[in-house]
Amino acid sequence: MTPKSGPGALWLACWTLWRREMVRFLRQRSRVIGALGTPVIFWLLMGAGLQESLQVPGADARVNYLEFSFPGAIAAILLFTAIFSTISLIDDRREGFLQGVLVAPVPRSAIALGKILGATTLAVGQAVFFLFLAPAAGIRMGLSEAAASIGAMILLAFAVTSLGFWLAWRMDSTQGFHAVMNLFLLPMLVLSGAFFPPAGSAPWLRGVIAVNPMTYGVAMLRHALYFGRDASPVSVGAAPGVALAISSLFALLMFGFALRTVSRESARVLQ
Amino acid sequence: MPEVVQVESLRHAYGQRIALSGVSFSVRRGELFGLLGPNGGGKTTLFRILTTLLPPTAGEARICGCDVGTDRDNARRHLGVVFQSPSLDIYLTARENLRHAGHLYGQRGRELESRIEARLADVELMERADEPVKNLSGGMRRRAEIAKGMLHDPDILILDEPSAGLDPSARRDLWRRLQALRESTGVTILFTTHYLEEADRCDRVVILDRGHVVVHGSPADLKSRIGGECLTIASPNCEQLCAEIAAEMGCPARLVDGLIRIETADGPALVARLMASHADRIHSILLGKPTLDDVFVRETGHRLTYVTASPAKGGE
Repeated sequence: MTPKSGPGALWLACWTLWRREMVRFLRQRSRVIGALGTPVIFWLLMGAGLQESLQVPGADARVNYLEFSFPGAIAAILLFTAIFSTISLIDDRREGFLQGVLVAPVPRSAIALGKILGATTLAVGQAVFFLFLAPAAGIRMGLSEAAASIGAMILLAFAVTSLGFWLAWRMDSTQGFHAVMNLFLLPMLVLSGAFFPPAGSAPWLRGVIAVNPMTYGVAMLRHALYFGRDASPVSVGAAPGVALAISSLFALLMFGFALRTVSRESARVLQ
Repeated sequence: MPEVVQVESLRHAYGQRIALSGVSFSVRRGELFGLLGPNGGGKTTLFRILTTLLPPTAGEARICGCDVGTDRDNARRHLGVVFQSPSLDIYLTARENLRHAGHLYGQRGRELESRIEARLADVELMERADEPVKNLSGGMRRRAEIAKGMLHDPDILILDEPSAGLDPSARRDLWRRLQALRESTGVTILFTTHYLEEADRCDRVVILDRGHVVVHGSPADLKSRIGGECLTIASPNCEQLCAEIAAEMGCPARLVDGLIRIETADGPALVARLMASHADRIHSILLGKPTLDDVFVRETGHRLTYVTASPAKGGE
């Protein structure tokens, strides 16, 4: 029997790895509950707590905190799912399923793509569930808003999953990944204009927020949630075109890094 | 081509630490071939190189003529790999795991399904094929791993410490199945181990120590080079006794890992002489035909089993 090769083999490998992510996720009930429940609870508690004490500067008085932080909660779901999906890579390739994948005649790019698309699907799937809460936050959800939001979520999820993949593939231990998560990924989320508007913060912080790609991802989500309407009462990030352009660039760059790392570093995987 | 694995002057270093230095050997088609050595001896590094996971620092390794460093995908097609740590997804069933594996080797559809069926039948897992792997016992999981490794009809099945973590009955079962697999398919089986009794089953073995090939050959040949018998003596004062024996008996007595070891053509006679003159200082005498451990001792001056038990020698 002669195994096939070429583009067919790449997509078959990619598809099978994607499918494994789906099945595996759905069979771990605690993961399903944790992934859906945590952000919702987090958002509700934080929103309820901060509602009274925070006034979003420059925003319409009627904008409440639950509404203001809604895109941030989506970004949090996407980022956390990306982190939890990719952190498993570290153990999986040392002493798990990925060992067998790495010795198979599949392009390394298929391994990256299958995993990233799988994690992206999971992240977007959960964020879509969360989207049903938009009316509770006072955001009107029509078909076009929902479509635009899902598009934005796919792009941002792909970007942060690629980022997670790139980081995880370079790591030797999950502890290392936790450190990166705390020092780098969480600040990225917090300093994105998702939870407080940059306008009132110190200049250096505003600088960090301005160069943080997540800022543009959150801005893109904001614009998408109010698709076709003026999002300015709650939009504090960037103009729609700028947000989309920078988010796309971010996604491409991260995916490029992931691809480069997986081809180059597979050699030192098991050291 | 009779030689399915060719390893030539293979060298590997992790930074400053040299894991393999100048390793050469070859494996013939259909052989049961063992890589025996203590932990830290270089087995794992060799396994990683042969399975294309680690490019060698220098030298060459070929799988069915395909270089594992430069022609990886072709080398991979000839290889079935069974890892020491589980490579099955425990949330998936055995059948699903095999299906994913098949896809990775470019197989699909009805042909793949019938192939999966056949492999699961080979390892007698049909009845449990649709349960999540996490419900299966250690022995069944290892069998499923073997079915997965054999799914694409590889020329060579490479196993890393295949019996690690298995209880004795599962271990016997594993070897019975591997033998049967070899007879029915003609697959070449190459495995790493630090168990002497497993290496004894092989057609040929390579014994590795500290990154070097210590010896290379069939277990029977290697043992016959020693000839006669081996004596192992335990004594409260080994050093002195060892020196005395060497002087009095005119035989090469060596102190190895706190025990006196003597290779001799006529063991029973030597035991009688020793007991006549030194019985009060001898705790125990073990007389036996040479084992691969004796081969190892002869070449390295220390025991294989002793090194294996010593945590200081770990770290690979």
